Amino acid sequence: MKKILMIVISAMLFAASVSAASAMTLNAAGATFPYPLYSKWFYSYAKQTGTKINYAAIGSGAGIQQIESRTVDFGCSDAPLKGGDQKKNNLFMFPTVGGAVAMAYNLPGIKTGLMLLPSTIADIYLGKVTKWNDPEITRLNPRMNFPNMPIIVVHRSDGSGTTNIFTWFLGDISPEWRQRVGSGTSVNWPVGLGGKGNQGVAGTIQKTRGAFGYVELAYVLQSGMTYAALKNKSGNWVYPTLANAREAASHAKIPSDFYIKFTNAPGKNSYPIAGFTFMLIPKNLAPAKAAAVKSYVKWAYTNGDRDALSLDYVPLPARLKTRILNELNRQVR
Amino acid sequence: MAERLSRKKIISPEKIFMGMTGFFSLSVLLISVVVVYELISASEPTFHKFGLKFLVSKEWDPVQKVYGALPFIWGTFYTSFIALLIALPVSLGIAIFLSELAPAWLRSSVGFLIELLAAIPSLIFGLWGLFVLSPILQQYIEPPLSNLSWLPFFKGYPLGLGFLNAGLLLAVMIIPTISSISRDVMYAVPSNQREGGLALGMTRWEVVSKVVVPNSRSGILGAVVLGLGRALGETMAVTMVIGNTPQFSLSLLDPGYTISSAIANQFTEAFDKLQISALIELGLILFVISVIINAFAKLLMLRMNRFSGGARI
Repeated sequence: MKKILMIVISAMLFAASVSAASAMTLNAAGATFPYPLYSKWFYSYAKQTGTKINYAAIGSGAGIQQIESRTVDFGCSDAPLKGGDQKKNNLFMFPTVGGAVAMAYNLPGIKTGLMLLPSTIADIYLGKVTKWNDPEITRLNPRMNFPNMPIIVVHRSDGSGTTNIFTWFLGDISPEWRQRVGSGTSVNWPVGLGGKGNQGVAGTIQKTRGAFGYVELAYVLQSGMTYAALKNKSGNWVYPTLANAREAASHAKIPSDFYIKFTNAPGKNSYPIAGFTFMLIPKNLAPAKAAAVKSYVKWAYTNGDRDALSLDYVPLPARLKTRILNELNRQVR
Repeated sequence: MAERLSRKKIISPEKIFMGMTGFFSLSVLLISVVVVYELISASEPTFHKFGLKFLVSKEWDPVQKVYGALPFIWGTFYTSFIALLIALPVSLGIAIFLSELAPAWLRSSVGFLIELLAAIPSLIFGLWGLFVLSPILQQYIEPPLSNLSWLPFFKGYPLGLGFLNAGLLLAVMIIPTISSISRDVMYAVPSNQREGGLALGMTRWEVVSKVVVPNSRSGILGAVVLGLGRALGETMAVTMVIGNTPQFSLSLLDPGYTISSAIANQFTEAFDKLQISALIELGLILFVISVIINAFAKLLMLRMNRFSGGARI
């Protein structure tokens, strides 16, 4: 009996020492938007290399706090941190993957394909266009039969990177929005109902006649909601598709602090409401961990696009990936 | 010798037991003190910036960094008030029926179902409110109500989401609490009191209204306070159906916001330190509200017991 116990214990000790030698564990926390993709990436990466990454999807704000207090090895945020804040906390920030935001609606008898000018969306969210049969809407969609129904505006009630992208877009379109409301992960909405999370907004739109709101593209595609085509900066009508969002991303201007914003991007088929989600690494991370994070990022950029596309995320342009990897190697040692 | 040893052995476990239980009870006090201290110290930045104006300001603008708590305080009270208004008569009816009128077989099965209702997670209630109740309200219940828009309670467009939906949902959620406690309290009224009433020639209604209910008043009040506590603090279900719009409105059709849903919605993604502090101060306000309500209920119960002194017919 004792012998068996001894054997079991020594076997366990042996196993523990082996796994400790080969495996490294990284801890991370933050944004919820990229979590479905990240968990897939982390799983594949652990299987291939043995490096395990624990991720707590606690929200971008909390992720930033955790990385500022250095309780995790890297943090993730949907809204980027300004260059000054990065410097103050000695962090290196860069995008990992992107997403697009669709304008969804619930109008009896009207299918996907309502055509909307960006300025109309701003007017609706400012409370200036309040009815579905407003000339601003009917003029562009002469073949559709609009009910005399108030537009029930829906927005996110929780702070969110999706809101940040959408309010960036409204700010690009409308000087009045920029002045009266501004942009951020949560803003003081002039009109509308708040739903919690993408599910909350999607559910509210699907269950409320006359509702109109912005929802992350993946939710719209997976739940079969109806959504609008928008006129982009080049004057073309575009649907929210991964290809159109990728084209917009390829036109993004890239500053040295990687505070990248590409709403209302130029380009023939660019979809105007899209953005990236970001990762934050301390520049003075312990060398072994820094090396592990770097090799993970390189792996994700090289092997992660297929998973990203299958889950309706927008991969980064190749040119941007190269630039980030160079900077990552230079700034985090 | 043997006697002394055993005596010693008897005394010391007693003391250990006393010390341990005393420590456990004190730890509750200690935890509340630490909670209050943390809430106060973390809400210092907003208190410093806005002072008491925080309580009466209607503005909540994370971009401009201006924060006011009034719409949230109002929403918390208003939804709980609507819930209580609906739940109290229904729960008393259930309790009276189960304890005084129902046949034994119905009593246990209905009682079981009500307790089952209390065990449903609030998220399920929230999903039901969003996916089932809200379309019904928007299409069938609220349009006729909005015809009464000369009353301030029915102004606005039928949205399906808002104070009415949240109040109804909370009512359904607190009915099990209030009705099952009231029923237990009514059960506990000694049956010789009922028999005395009947012997005096009282009808069943008179026995209920003059013997059973007065006898269980303080217990019912306790049940109401427990229900109110649940309604004030309920987070997920309310967040899903209230519409999350910080505004001060009397209309049942309008969307609103409560303190707990504000915290649930905004805390995880709050970037700005002042916003975090404002959310924590909202938490402090909710804490103070529940302390006041509990203290008020305790006082009321004391007074009731002093004046009625138990059963008086």
